[in-house]
Amino acid sequence: MQTSTVFLVLITLSFVSFIAGRKRSHNVAAHEGGMHLLHSLPKHYGYMASLWAALPALLLLVLWMGFEPRMIHNMVVADLPASVQQLQHSELGLYYNQIVSYALGSSNADLLDEVQVAAASQYLELKSTSGGMKALLVSLVAVMGGLLAVQRIAPALRARNHVEGIFKWILFACSFIAVLITLGIVLSVLFEALRFFQTIPLTDFLFGLQWSPQMAIRADQVAASGSFGFVPLLVGTLLISMVAMVIAVPVGLMSAIYLSEYASRRFRAFTKPVLEILAGVPTVVYGFFAALTVAPFIRNLGESVGLTVASESALAAGIVMGIMIIPFVMSLSDDIINAVPDTMREASLGMGATMNETIRKVLIPAALPGIVGGILLAVSRAIGETMIVVMAAGLSAKLTANPLEAVTTITVQIVTLLVGDQEFDSPKTLAAFALGLVLFFVTLLLNVVALYVVRKYREQYE
Amino acid sequence: MSNQPSYKNTEVIQASLKKRYAREKRFQWYGRLAVLIGFTFLFILLFDIVSKGYPAFTQQYIQVSVNFDADRLGVDSSSGEEELYRADYLGIVKNSLREMFPEVSGRKDKRKLYRLVSIGAEYQLRDYAIDNPEVIGKRQDIWLLAHSEAGAYLKGQVTRETPESDRKLKDVQMQWLDSLVQQGRTESRFNTLFFSTGDSREPELAGIKAALYGSFFTLLVTFLLAFPIGVFAAVYLEEFAPRNRLTDLIEININNLAAVPSIVFGLLGLAVFINFFELPRSAPLVGGIVLSLMTLPTIIITSRAAIQSVSPSIRQAALGVGASPLQTVFHHVLPVAMPGILTGSIIGMAQALGESAPLLMIGMVAFIMDVPGGVTDPSTVLPVQIFLWADSPERGFMEKTSAAIMVLMGFLIIMNALAIYLRKRFELK
Repeated sequence: MQTSTVFLVLITLSFVSFIAGRKRSHNVAAHEGGMHLLHSLPKHYGYMASLWAALPALLLLVLWMGFEPRMIHNMVVADLPASVQQLQHSELGLYYNQIVSYALGSSNADLLDEVQVAAASQYLELKSTSGGMKALLVSLVAVMGGLLAVQRIAPALRARNHVEGIFKWILFACSFIAVLITLGIVLSVLFEALRFFQTIPLTDFLFGLQWSPQMAIRADQVAASGSFGFVPLLVGTLLISMVAMVIAVPVGLMSAIYLSEYASRRFRAFTKPVLEILAGVPTVVYGFFAALTVAPFIRNLGESVGLTVASESALAAGIVMGIMIIPFVMSLSDDIINAVPDTMREASLGMGATMNETIRKVLIPAALPGIVGGILLAVSRAIGETMIVVMAAGLSAKLTANPLEAVTTITVQIVTLLVGDQEFDSPKTLAAFALGLVLFFVTLLLNVVALYVVRKYREQYE
Repeated sequence: MSNQPSYKNTEVIQASLKKRYAREKRFQWYGRLAVLIGFTFLFILLFDIVSKGYPAFTQQYIQVSVNFDADRLGVDSSSGEEELYRADYLGIVKNSLREMFPEVSGRKDKRKLYRLVSIGAEYQLRDYAIDNPEVIGKRQDIWLLAHSEAGAYLKGQVTRETPESDRKLKDVQMQWLDSLVQQGRTESRFNTLFFSTGDSREPELAGIKAALYGSFFTLLVTFLLAFPIGVFAAVYLEEFAPRNRLTDLIEININNLAAVPSIVFGLLGLAVFINFFELPRSAPLVGGIVLSLMTLPTIIITSRAAIQSVSPSIRQAALGVGASPLQTVFHHVLPVAMPGILTGSIIGMAQALGESAPLLMIGMVAFIMDVPGGVTDPSTVLPVQIFLWADSPERGFMEKTSAAIMVLMGFLIIMNALAIYLRKRFELK
């Protein structure tokens, strides 16, 4: 049975339990001699019954959905002939996928052998049995839970406190999801990366100077064995980020200083939101702008003065990324400059310093840790930015510091390795997860340091 | 210095004043320049998109006198809809074009002639014939959609100044088009096809409807997951969380998640939802889940700020008349904080609408012609459609890309305006 149907049944059962619980509380109260004897309002008894019906059943449903594919996979594979079972892990995976796609009707039988056709019908059978059992068990648990709760209803039962207790746990669970997400990211990326490091040694990855992830698919192919040196990607990423910072930091910082120290209130009220539009533009739009407008412009400009500029130069991607980050740097520096106490400004101005001397000799030194923290956050943004570089930076990994050449970045490689059809177990796809791991930890480190610096700085003036 | 008479100091200061004031002026100009640079970038970006994209909202049609020759179509006046559906309309398109330009001979030239109208022209005729079966065997003037290259010439985007070898539309085709213009057989119309079809290999037939529906379903899933979870988490952290290590851990995690690159969420989605839970690839369901994980920190952080700003007197009043802590929050604090929470959620949704990198990871980059009907159908979203079109070499797709960007930005502007409106109303209270 469809999961959505089971879900609807569950909602209905939960609602029925609510009605039953409320009705029963009325009956019990009337029997004992009046509504005033009930500890809680009738609806609280209803809520209790419906929560008892819904929550355990929902948990069961989610667990079932999580383990069903794996169980069916194991059962189907267990019935395959021994020769198939001895296949390599990835080949077995491919073999099994053919069975599933045939069973689901998305491919036809010509590609398969008889064993697979038989396995496909077994797969369908298992799937429908599992679906039926799932629907049955989930409904049973829901009905039992609801009945149990309705049975327990008595005037002395503290239904409201009970419901509120459950609710507080639900609230806690919702906030705990944040921890689970982080855990999920770390584990999923880490496990795949560890598998990658089983085939490619860690030192080759970290210190290798060559990145060409094309692996020979068959043993007799001439193609290179693939080299996974991470250094060119890192250099490319840093090069583009540096270009971005060269644009974003001066423009963002000076705008923030001007707007917070010089500009009139009206000018500020108009300018800030307009510049913040730049932060709301989707990155894919920046990518399009970089690839189709900025890159050709820079190439033509370079050619007119006799330079050879690659059509996917790091400069174009970097400039556009810098534009994207301007409002980010601006609003962070704005916050930080505003946090400097007015007494410091006034003291400096009172001594006869001009505004610009005050800013350069008092405000900026005082705000420096905060500004550095803000810049670190901006760098972490630039390193993790994907769409601009996917659309405007190159694909081939070149170890160069020349911004006029095409370089590639970590995020570009992740996308190119994972988009399109892939087998999940080849080092090529696993490499993407290794890159993801590096990306996650580099940005995490930058963020932790930056947030720490910014917080320390804020505390200093609180 | 100290033993010098003080008026000397004044002189020194007087002498340096001019320089200091000049520096002050200069510094102010640097500030103005920085703001101006920001404005210029914004202006160039918007101008570039709009100037490239606005032609895509019109489309060129060519009036062709079509001979619905029953023999050539292989049908007769008594044919049913089924037969009309299968008849050979490409033949009569070609035939009618040849009749309009009888001087054209040679296979190459004929092929160029056929390429004046869109490949979709035969389906246009098919639909027309099915709607008006009485036209079979007669001659009728019909406006057929122009091929994108011919359309570009009629719009003035392609001119004879480009060397013939550099353009797809050749001189002879331009002559035919010129003569059509002279006969008044060309027309420019509003491009309704752009909003009513899915993706296509032909620029003139491609539309954003499938991507819009995909975006809608994805955002629906995102909102249904991220909004309740985010608000509940914010309520817990603001109102109920004890001060302990676990709460600190949760808070640190939320702050860090807000800064994790979006592509990493895509990796999580690929490894967990697609490879472990075996949810369907390319489906709005998985896309929505991934985006909801991404927007969750935004919603939690803004909701917490909104809940924090509710005056404590409201809580105290509710508690004072005997409401339980949970009732206080759900009956009194949340309704007051709701505009702020909605503002944050809308901003989070706007982020999710513009996001594309994590969706590339989970396979939402397919070529989708059909409008998805639910959250498990293969689909794509608007930003990814923009990414796909931006990669296409045909010039016709460039204006489509810019036009799709304009539509996307339009939605973002609406969402942000709504958020600002809510915030303004909230501030008045």
